Amino acid sequence: MEWLKDVVNFLSNPTIFFTGAVVLWVLIMKYYRIWTAPKFIKTVTILSVIALGAALFDPNFAKEALKPDNVPIWIMIYSVGFFFWLAMRRGLLNDDLMAEGLPNLEKQESDKRVYTWPDLVYSELICMVLFTAFLVGWSVILKAPLEDPANAGVTPAIAKAPWYFLGLQEILVYYDPWMAGVILPGLIVVGLIAMPYFDMNPKGNGYYTIKERFWALWVWGFGFVVLWIALIFLGTFMRGPGWNFFGPFEYWDSHKVVALANINLSEIVWVQLFNIGLPSNILVRESVGIILTVLYMSVIPPLLAKTFLKKLYEEMGLVRYSLMIVLVLIMASLPIKMYLRWSFNLKYIVSIPEYMFNL
Amino acid sequence: MNPLKKLWNYVTDTQVWKSIFRHGTPDNPRDQSLAVLSNVALHLHPVKTRKSGVRMSFTWCMGGLTFFIFLVESVTGILLMFYYRPTLEFAYNDIIALREHVPLGILREIHRWGAHSMVITVWLHMFRVFMTGSYKPPREFNWGVGVILLVLTMLLSFTGYLLPWDQLAIWAITVGANMGAATPFAGVEGPGTMLLKIGDISLVHSGNDAKFGLLAGRFIGEATLLRFYVLHCIALPFVAAMLIAVHFWRVRKDGGISGPL
Ligand code: HEM
Repeated sequence: MEWLKDVVNFLSNPTIFFTGAVVLWVLIMKYYRIWTAPKFIKTVTILSVIALGAALFDPNFAKEALKPDNVPIWIMIYSVGFFFWLAMRRGLLNDDLMAEGLPNLEKQESDKRVYTWPDLVYSELICMVLFTAFLVGWSVILKAPLEDPANAGVTPAIAKAPWYFLGLQEILVYYDPWMAGVILPGLIVVGLIAMPYFDMNPKGNGYYTIKERFWALWVWGFGFVVLWIALIFLGTFMRGPGWNFFGPFEYWDSHKVVALANINLSEIVWVQLFNIGLPSNILVRESVGIILTVLYMSVIPPLLAKTFLKKLYEEMGLVRYSLMIVLVLIMASLPIKMYLRWSFNLKYIVSIPEYMFNL
Repeated sequence: MNPLKKLWNYVTDTQVWKSIFRHGTPDNPRDQSLAVLSNVALHLHPVKTRKSGVRMSFTWCMGGLTFFIFLVESVTGILLMFYYRPTLEFAYNDIIALREHVPLGILREIHRWGAHSMVITVWLHMFRVFMTGSYKPPREFNWGVGVILLVLTMLLSFTGYLLPWDQLAIWAITVGANMGAATPFAGVEGPGTMLLKIGDISLVHSGNDAKFGLLAGRFIGEATLLRFYVLHCIALPFVAAMLIAVHFWRVRKDGGISGPL
């Protein structure tokens, strides 16, 4: 048993965990025909519940997993999992129907109208009753937490935001607060609002489908499942005191010290590569990082527009395409920065602490 | 005749009943229509709905559940307001009192777990709308309204988190509030802020930056508690209620629940 825990602890390391999530996402979107089979998902669910139940015997795991405010995360994970399965399953069924030239499941019924009373009204009533029963049950079983009275003088071993923000708090490891706490959340909201104006594919409106909008599902799902939900999981269960990494079965030792050996790009270039020390002029010092950043944002978009995304570019036009690609590149910069950190200990690409500007 | 049936007939024949329900038993098209049209809550719906859109496997009922939880939170929230005073002296003790003096009380639990549930259902609702492509024309605008509702839902949860005034509360809010200080050009620790000065005088300092605006002070204190309380109990629910009305109106105006054209 112990060796198994050690293996899980090892595999939960952010580098492996995140890489695993990305690989899993690629596989999920490639082999959906396999896992959307009801049998497959039933087996996975049962196995995961058994594994979870077994893991709860470990006191270190149980302590975090059963914290009252963390319980909703499990509900969230299982419900997102279930509904993702349902949507993909129906998408697959529809794709198969449409491939044969038949109307999809929604189309078969969309011309029929039913009376709102009783069909819809009763469905809603049943939903409300079931949910109320669920909520009352939850409230009876689990007391709302209340810790010691607020005291600004007593810093807890770890201060965590509410769980739904922990993905953002995890990003703080790789980005400074102005990016992780202000710019990125702002861009998520802006990007979501702008999304319908970017996605010009008229197909897949009002029914489940995978094939007809595969890349839209791929990119959006990557953001939602990997960058949002997987990071929440990481930030909640694998980050202990000092925001240090702890495996799910590890004791959260608040004295754990992790040597930080992260360095800036400017140091790598001027000190390690050229061996001449940091230039005193800020712009010269940061020139490499600035040039790389500018190149990233200005060369990749036209390059893609000429090659892989040619068709997309022609459909969208210059303005739409540019706005979209900038948002996508900023989203992609997060995994890029994570991997730069893990492989080169890179702290900042551009670091101008003089003006509190670190990228 | 069955005595229950007799009683039912008697009751539904009274002037009182008829003054409330202006339709007969909804077992025929006419009364089914009237049942929906003459009820202020039900008339949010059209009289007839697309069959594909009524399916639970299509909408997952997540928008409806989110709205239902919003109502549950409103009712339990109002009840909690009877017992809770947002001051340093009382806030924590009022929560203790609620927990110690009310036998079998689950009011606070319903409100707290309901809030967590609402965050989850609103994500699932957004996820469903995405997976059915329902943000596509003509529903782009309503998707945008939805995104604001999503933000409001999370802000409601966030502001409520401070109110019990325990260690969990203030340190969670501290994490969030520190982000305010990092706002570019508007927070003291934000990039570019130090460029904003006239002569030697900084225009943005810890006494007027974004964090100060959020906390109503340099640190979390009584003014913060009041600010979050008013946001949580009045301002945010008010805006959310307005936007939910717009959201529902637009669902209807955009042609009802989406379906294949
Ligand atoms: C407080 C939050 C919200 C409430 C109470 C709410 C409520 C509802 C309800 C009751 C519906 C009818 C269909 C259904 O239940 O699925 C609906 C539809 C819709 N919602 Fe929301 N919603 C909320 C948030 C959101 C969010 C976050 C989004 C997207 C980002 C969104 C976008 C939409 C769209 C586009 C429709 C039309 C869907 C269709 O026609 O198929 N809503 N909403």
